[in-house]
Amino acid sequence: MLGRLSFSAIPLDVPILVGTFLGVAIVGLAVLGLITYLGKWGYLWREWLTSVDHKRLAVMYIVLALVALFRGFADAIMMRTQLALAYAGNPGYLPPHHYDQIFSAHGTIMIFFLAMAFMTGLFNFVVPLQIGARDVAFPFLNNLSFWMTAISFVLVNVSLFIGEFSQCGWLAYPPLSESQFSPGVGVDYYIWAVQLSGVGTLLTGVNFFVTIVKMRAPGMTWMRMPVFTWTAFCSSILIMVSFPVLTVALALLGLDRYFGMHFFTNDGGGNQMLYLSLIWAWGHPEVYILVIPAFGVFSEVVPAFSGKPLFGYATMVYATCSIMILSFLVWVHHFFTMGAGPDVNAFFGIATMVISIPTGVKLFNWLFTMYKGRIQFHACMYWAVGFMVTFTIGGMTGVMLAIPGADFVLHNSLFLIAHFHNVIIGGVYFGYICGMNFWFPKVTGFKLNEAWGIRAFWFWFVGFYFAFIPLYVLGFEGMTRRMNHYDNPEWHIWMLIAEVGAVLVLLGIVCQLTQLFVSIRDRNLPANRDLTGDPWNGRALEWSTSSPPPPYNFAIVPHVHGLDAFMHDKENGIDTRHAGGPYAPIHMPKNTAAGFFVGAFSFIFGFAAIWYIWWLAAIGLIGVIGTVIARSANKDIDYYIPAEEVARIENEHSRKLMAQAAE
Amino acid sequence: MAHDTTVQTAGHDEHHHESPVVFGFWVYLMTDCIIFGTLFAVFAVLRNQFNGGPSGHELFEFSGLGLETALLLVSSITYGFGMIAAHKNEISKVIMWLGVTFLLGLGFVGLEVNEFAHMIHEGAGPDRSAFLSAFFTLVSTHGLHVTCGLIWIVTLMVQLMGTTEIPERMMNKLTCLSLFWHFLDIVWICVFTYVYLASMI
Amino acid sequence: MSDLHTSPSGESHGSVSSYIIGFVLAVILTAAAFGVVMSHSLSPSGTLTAIAVLAFVQVLVHLHYFLHMGGGSEQRWNNMCFFFTVGFVVILVIGTLFVMNNTALHMMSR
Repeated sequence: MLGRLSFSAIPLDVPILVGTFLGVAIVGLAVLGLITYLGKWGYLWREWLTSVDHKRLAVMYIVLALVALFRGFADAIMMRTQLALAYAGNPGYLPPHHYDQIFSAHGTIMIFFLAMAFMTGLFNFVVPLQIGARDVAFPFLNNLSFWMTAISFVLVNVSLFIGEFSQCGWLAYPPLSESQFSPGVGVDYYIWAVQLSGVGTLLTGVNFFVTIVKMRAPGMTWMRMPVFTWTAFCSSILIMVSFPVLTVALALLGLDRYFGMHFFTNDGGGNQMLYLSLIWAWGHPEVYILVIPAFGVFSEVVPAFSGKPLFGYATMVYATCSIMILSFLVWVHHFFTMGAGPDVNAFFGIATMVISIPTGVKLFNWLFTMYKGRIQFHACMYWAVGFMVTFTIGGMTGVMLAIPGADFVLHNSLFLIAHFHNVIIGGVYFGYICGMNFWFPKVTGFKLNEAWGIRAFWFWFVGFYFAFIPLYVLGFEGMTRRMNHYDNPEWHIWMLIAEVGAVLVLLGIVCQLTQLFVSIRDRNLPANRDLTGDPWNGRALEWSTSSPPPPYNFAIVPHVHGLDAFMHDKENGIDTRHAGGPYAPIHMPKNTAAGFFVGAFSFIFGFAAIWYIWWLAAIGLIGVIGTVIARSANKDIDYYIPAEEVARIENEHSRKLMAQAAE
Repeated sequence: MAHDTTVQTAGHDEHHHESPVVFGFWVYLMTDCIIFGTLFAVFAVLRNQFNGGPSGHELFEFSGLGLETALLLVSSITYGFGMIAAHKNEISKVIMWLGVTFLLGLGFVGLEVNEFAHMIHEGAGPDRSAFLSAFFTLVSTHGLHVTCGLIWIVTLMVQLMGTTEIPERMMNKLTCLSLFWHFLDIVWICVFTYVYLASMI
Repeated sequence: MSDLHTSPSGESHGSVSSYIIGFVLAVILTAAAFGVVMSHSLSPSGTLTAIAVLAFVQVLVHLHYFLHMGGGSEQRWNNMCFFFTVGFVVILVIGTLFVMNNTALHMMSR
């Protein structure tokens, strides 16, 4: 009846998990109680959970990403603490089977649910506004994508309290992940969580690709498109091209596990290296999917706070596109040591090194944008400059690893761990937080507190170096990744320094939370309000509308006359908004619960498949298909905002603008 | 249609959300194409890993393969006739052609299931060797797509019944399904060439 | 392409005659592929080349007569997506075979 699921699957014998469960239960009940007390369930359901508005979805994505950050960081600091303790005979406090789940969950969560969700949130908020569109091409699919991501994250977290998570690392290499060596449910949790979130990500990629191709405002030619939109475009292409490969790789692993097939097994003619080849044919583009939008954020932030247009716009676009193409040609550098010959390794090594050229172009473009600019050291600029320094170091260690001979020494050592954290924290995370500081007033109508933002930056920045420079040293000293304990006393001091770094990063996260809290508390102070919709003297179209933007974004679709459309209009005295109308009724999509229900049934399906509860899986699958069919038969999917309502909202914003100008 | 459709669509306020549907579905089909491409790559790597089990030469038969191919090919043209009827707004004809296409597709799936059952019965199931794992996965992924297409055809037939005209949204759905159905035919060309015929040489 | 009609949103639909031409061509090409393999009239590598060429041509036939791909400007993005996808699939298939065969050779695993 319940497949493999029984009462013993609940890990009552692990005190850390029981404590976590109690904590989650108490906080969860408190949140639910608060919503009930405030009577906000109806509001939450109608205005947020079923919303198809790209701006609402963006907020939900970023909230999801921040929750994932806390979960992923909790894993990280537990690992660092374990390695600070567990040397010279001391087993530490985490037994290997628990420790292995933690590092697997850490990687999975940070990539799929922090980075991907944060990136999608930024896309959702910024791209339609930057291209002068009223929404994305497929608003319902956008909502569905969010729910697929959200339920996958829930599935990963359910594994904490029911059963276990994968112990095979964030990419679940076979043969370890085959049922022969991992008979439990851990790998199945991993497979289903990543597969279901992959559906959401793929739909997001299609959605933004079509949005950017088909829905740009009149006059916005390709070479007038803001760089962030360009990066979202390239990133969407990479998603569409690479995620199907991930789907296949994990599906084949699943077929091995569920049906005893022989794709990657030791016996039966299977080939484990084929899995590596497939998973990295996705995995390498994946890191560019994440980092290219971060480059886009810096390309918006650096000009805004340097008071200059971006240096070398065209080279920035070409560099982004060439990175996109090159990222398909380098995947073997993740497994140089698998035994391929010199021709293979030389080809992929050289292709990898070539990527540093367009990346270098970008870096010089940002530096030249700052050169002789009127630079304001806003919190955003701290993250941007911190990125430039950190990412350069990470890039250079990457080129070291791209040399096959050097890689044979450094493969799977802590040097590698230091390298990719250097580019992912220094590039992706700094970029997204920079973007959050930059666009926050557009989302909410008030600015983020700057002092706490700068404090958060310094803790993160210094903490990063304390946490990861020791790992470079340890890599050279021969310490491999995923170790639970070690005997070499020379390594211990470096692990202690790294632990200090982790604590500093923790303080950075505390500062970020404080920043959010203080900003929300002081949101009504006049200095914090953003009444004009253009707090930074911005350059692209998103700053031409009010903060927060009305549901329809633009009452009259703007006409683009040049690169940096809004700045061009400001300099030439053109009113981008066409204030005063005449306004026409605006066609909008209606909110729908279909995405939520598809997500919920997918969750049921995934959970049942993990535990072999086949009748429940059938219910989930039928539910998904039924909901989709019901949605396709629904004719009540859109409505019009009347022209008078548009005029009322727009005139109110015009009054605020004039009051601001009078001061 | 000399003007730039991109700008025209974006500036066009009415039907703001409906017009990119067919293009969006085409883009989605491209991602599906990559799924099949990956499965073909896997099959190409594992095609000689028989593990002492039967090879394709011993398993595949011309007659069944020919019949399956014929059914799919005919279903392609019947769907095409359905689309022509849809553009003329002849709803009863559309339903009739969709019905014929459905039966042909069902016949294809039936033959394939029968072939699989036969192979598994002979001990040549997907767990026998890496070659058979790759074979079953590639071919049944195509079969699963055809099955989804069948569900979709029935859904559209039901939605068309009793209506007197085909609105834009319905036309978009019919066009998307048309792309899907013809795309599956193209995949089948690659399957019968590289999986079946190439093993039977 | 006089028999193809184009609708404003970019997709076009064929006529009865174009579907029948496509169908006849597809039947001939399929029959030829089966015939080449069943008759054993060519060497194994020659047969493989022949059926690969026939499949390629048949894919083109389907794209033209059934999926109505053409060179019109309104189809530019559809075509661009298609060729980009084909390019990536070629990289993936050839790359995978290159890497896996090279590894098998050096590790003597076949």
